[in-house]
Amino acid sequence: MKPRLWQEALVHMALVAAVCFALYPVLWVVSLALSPSGTPSPHALPLPDAVSLDNFRAVVGSRDHAGHWLFAQQLLSSVVVSVATAVTSVAIATPAAYALARFRFVGERAGMRVLLATQMFPGVATAVPLYVILDTLRLLDTRAGLVLVYSTTALPFAVFQLRGAFEAIPKDLEEAAMVDGATRWQAFTKVVLPAARPAIAVTCLFAFMSSWNEFILAATFLSRETAFTLPVALQRYVGEYNASWGKFAAGAVIVSAPVMAIFYAVQRHLVGGLTAGSVKG
Amino acid sequence: MKHRVAALLALALALLPLAAWAQSITLWHAYRDDERAALDRLVDTYRAAHPGVTVDVLAVPFDAYASKLESAIPHGHGPDVFIDAHERLASYVSRGLVAPVATGDLAPLAARFAERFDGASVRAFTVRGVLYGLPLSIKCAALYVNPALTHGEVPTTLEAIEALRGQLPTGTFPLVYESQNAYLHAPLAHAYGSALLDDQGRYAFVGEGAERSVERVRRMLRAQVIPDEASGALVSQLFLEGRAATAISGPWLAAELGDRVRYVVAPLPRVLDANGRPMEPYATVEGAMLSTRAHDRVATMELAVFLTSAESARVRARVGHQVVSTEAAWDDPSLANDPLLGTFRAAARTARPMPTHPNMRAAWEPARQALVKALRGDRSPHDALLEGARRFADVTRPLPPPRDATLAQLAVGLVALALAMAAVREARDPDFRRDLRRSLPAYAWVTHAAVILAALVVAPLVIGAATSLYATREGQSYYVGLANYVDILTARGGPLFATGSFYRVLAVTVLWTVVNLALHVGLGLALALLLSRPLLKMRALYRVLLILPWAVPSYVTALAWKGMFHRQFGAVNAIITWAGGEAVSWFARFSTAFAANVATNAWLGFPFMMVVSIGALAGIPKDLYEAASVDGATAWQQFTKITLPMLRPSLGPSIAMGAVWTFNQFNVVFLVSGGEPDGETDILVSEAYRWAFTRQAQYGYAAAYAVLIFALLAIVTRRKEGAR
Repeated sequence: MKPRLWQEALVHMALVAAVCFALYPVLWVVSLALSPSGTPSPHALPLPDAVSLDNFRAVVGSRDHAGHWLFAQQLLSSVVVSVATAVTSVAIATPAAYALARFRFVGERAGMRVLLATQMFPGVATAVPLYVILDTLRLLDTRAGLVLVYSTTALPFAVFQLRGAFEAIPKDLEEAAMVDGATRWQAFTKVVLPAARPAIAVTCLFAFMSSWNEFILAATFLSRETAFTLPVALQRYVGEYNASWGKFAAGAVIVSAPVMAIFYAVQRHLVGGLTAGSVKG
Repeated sequence: MKHRVAALLALALALLPLAAWAQSITLWHAYRDDERAALDRLVDTYRAAHPGVTVDVLAVPFDAYASKLESAIPHGHGPDVFIDAHERLASYVSRGLVAPVATGDLAPLAARFAERFDGASVRAFTVRGVLYGLPLSIKCAALYVNPALTHGEVPTTLEAIEALRGQLPTGTFPLVYESQNAYLHAPLAHAYGSALLDDQGRYAFVGEGAERSVERVRRMLRAQVIPDEASGALVSQLFLEGRAATAISGPWLAAELGDRVRYVVAPLPRVLDANGRPMEPYATVEGAMLSTRAHDRVATMELAVFLTSAESARVRARVGHQVVSTEAAWDDPSLANDPLLGTFRAAARTARPMPTHPNMRAAWEPARQALVKALRGDRSPHDALLEGARRFADVTRPLPPPRDATLAQLAVGLVALALAMAAVREARDPDFRRDLRRSLPAYAWVTHAAVILAALVVAPLVIGAATSLYATREGQSYYVGLANYVDILTARGGPLFATGSFYRVLAVTVLWTVVNLALHVGLGLALALLLSRPLLKMRALYRVLLILPWAVPSYVTALAWKGMFHRQFGAVNAIITWAGGEAVSWFARFSTAFAANVATNAWLGFPFMMVVSIGALAGIPKDLYEAASVDGATAWQQFTKITLPMLRPSLGPSIAMGAVWTFNQFNVVFLVSGGEPDGETDILVSEAYRWAFTRQAQYGYAAAYAVLIFALLAIVTRRKEGAR
């Protein structure tokens, strides 16, 4: 059937309306970041009065008293922590998810139940015990401690995702490889992993995002300004007593831009990677 | 590969902590701007004079300062010395966080700072006859006057300020101050003979004096003497732009104003209506306190003594604009005659010292809520103030009595024994042994993940859940059995659907989850259907733009939307007024505040459902539709008979997951509405957070909430599983 013209126009109108809804807050933040005054003014259209990069300069150029370049250190902190979290959680989750997808073993159902249960328990109650555990491991106020906490919280979701992805890969592929003399491990690394690459990329992205965006635990576990991740630094611009919305907005743009770029890069995989995971989640 | 990763991890874990802790004096403070610059300069001087001593200075954000100290010091990670306001001293002393500074090994040092400070400052840092800190500076509110708008006069009565209304154009206010802030309302309450706490530490912001003070503010609001719902940012903005003749604020406003506007500072005015009594602000003394865990007590105190010397105090006064507590510093005529410092010093002399009773911390929020409600006109001052008193009683209610834990230990022991016996019986079963042997290869793949999960996810959960059997407040903690649960489930003895009761919050949470899921799935599915039309142009562009909200960090989203719903400068009100409507005070009513939260969360969550739906739609075989259209099915029939049933298996799990996430969506509720008005839009998670972190650290109570949330979710999802 051929779509009629007015139908097509309606579809586009609906989509444009949705895009406006999706873009409006983003544009609002960008215009705030570019406004020189720093005090938001009531505008229906998200356009700055005048364009200035002062806010960006102030955020990027922030230094502490000892002359450390705070922004660079905090950016480094965020990148190190997020990349390490993504790599660690996916590295731990992949073999476990593969086992859950391919083997039938004692404790499998119970394990899945526990994984599901961890998603339901609100994090508020675990912050204090986690603090004590990190303290005994002498990992408070270190990036390693943060990576440990983030990767374990990202782990259950990563396992769900990857198990779904592995289940979607036909068994015959690796069985054929094993008939040809490959060990289970070889079949896994040579056949299964390459086939699951989109799902692994998407899982990595989620783990990366969860730690790139997290600030409550980071604010609790970190004290040194130089070790802060960017969200903690950003949150300080809109404290209760002194709100610099312009700087916050500039920081928000800086923090969001890399994630948007990665999203753009993997958005093709997003559909496939997510669906594979949720078919049997 | 996984072995190499494990080895690297172990190495990282082993090496990193070594670098993190070196022996030195650590000083914490919450100063910003000029005050921080003054302190940094002094520390530099000290370092230069004492090359053998390392001094680490850490600026901690004010919002998190107290909770950070309270968690860090008992674990030995806190500062050796920290700067804080005296009103928290009593609670720090009762938790054993601060040490006396003039006794024992420190007695010889004490001779050097004896007689150094003014009497009021010393009294502020004395608890039961023992000195617990060295006072640095004193802060209180004063009146800022823009002489260009008052014909060069400095008004001395509130009535004189009100009279300015007739002479100023609309949009310019005779007075600006944060009228909903209890700290800044207190001076007026004092003038009318009321207070936040009485001398015994009982809540006192009720009764005739309090009502008259609130009624007075309402009159000023109605006459447009003061602006509506003024925030700190608005106060400084209006004063800077010359749209406020006077402002009530603390010395921090001077730091913000700089020399961008000409102003004079005066003591707060008298109130003729209150028999001419003056508005008495609260005075806060800041001082350096010694941690009980300080590594080198004498060296640490040397630093504190140095910071309070006359010479150092002059630097703090000059650079940091502090009204310093060191008497000798004021011998310098340039300081004594400084108009700003002099006025604040005079104002501090007549100010009322902030009560040090631990209840003070619990009084701010109820008092603020009472003010907000009465000033918005939701309640009469009488009812609003009574509600505040009830809220205070609720938060500070006596903890349940301790219970004997033997019974619980016995029960845990019996359950463990039963489990162990069941495990042994299982293990004897040959079928099970065979299964287990067959499972062995699988264990090689999952053990590492299981161990890590058990240690860092499951163990904190279990410990957290166990905390719910304890009563904890302000550092003390003891076993109370199920008393926390009984308390929560009986709505703390009040009406079952009162604001803040478990059932009310649960109802809000369920409504929140249902509305959000409906919007997420509805929007997501509708957009997915549009994007899946075979001949759509610009599909990739639309898809990228529509996924965008997902890529923005959720706290950025939440704060941005909070800004967009701001009454004065928010974009939403700008659109409404542009379209000819009336600006809405979004967080004043439940309906609008809830709508603001929902709008934010809908924006945040629809891309996920859209992407999942696109994938699910792509999985439906095309021939089904072809066959249906051959049979003459309409588009609607195709949608209900083919699309929806085919979507269910793949969308179901995502919707279940989405429901759990939404049920526990903390960021949006906490950051957008913050529970306003008066906790009515709080959901269970944010309510639990409040008990843990803003209501005297009642972790046990918060943990009981968490366990109840878990139980609810577990039961509901279990039901669904069973139904399938």
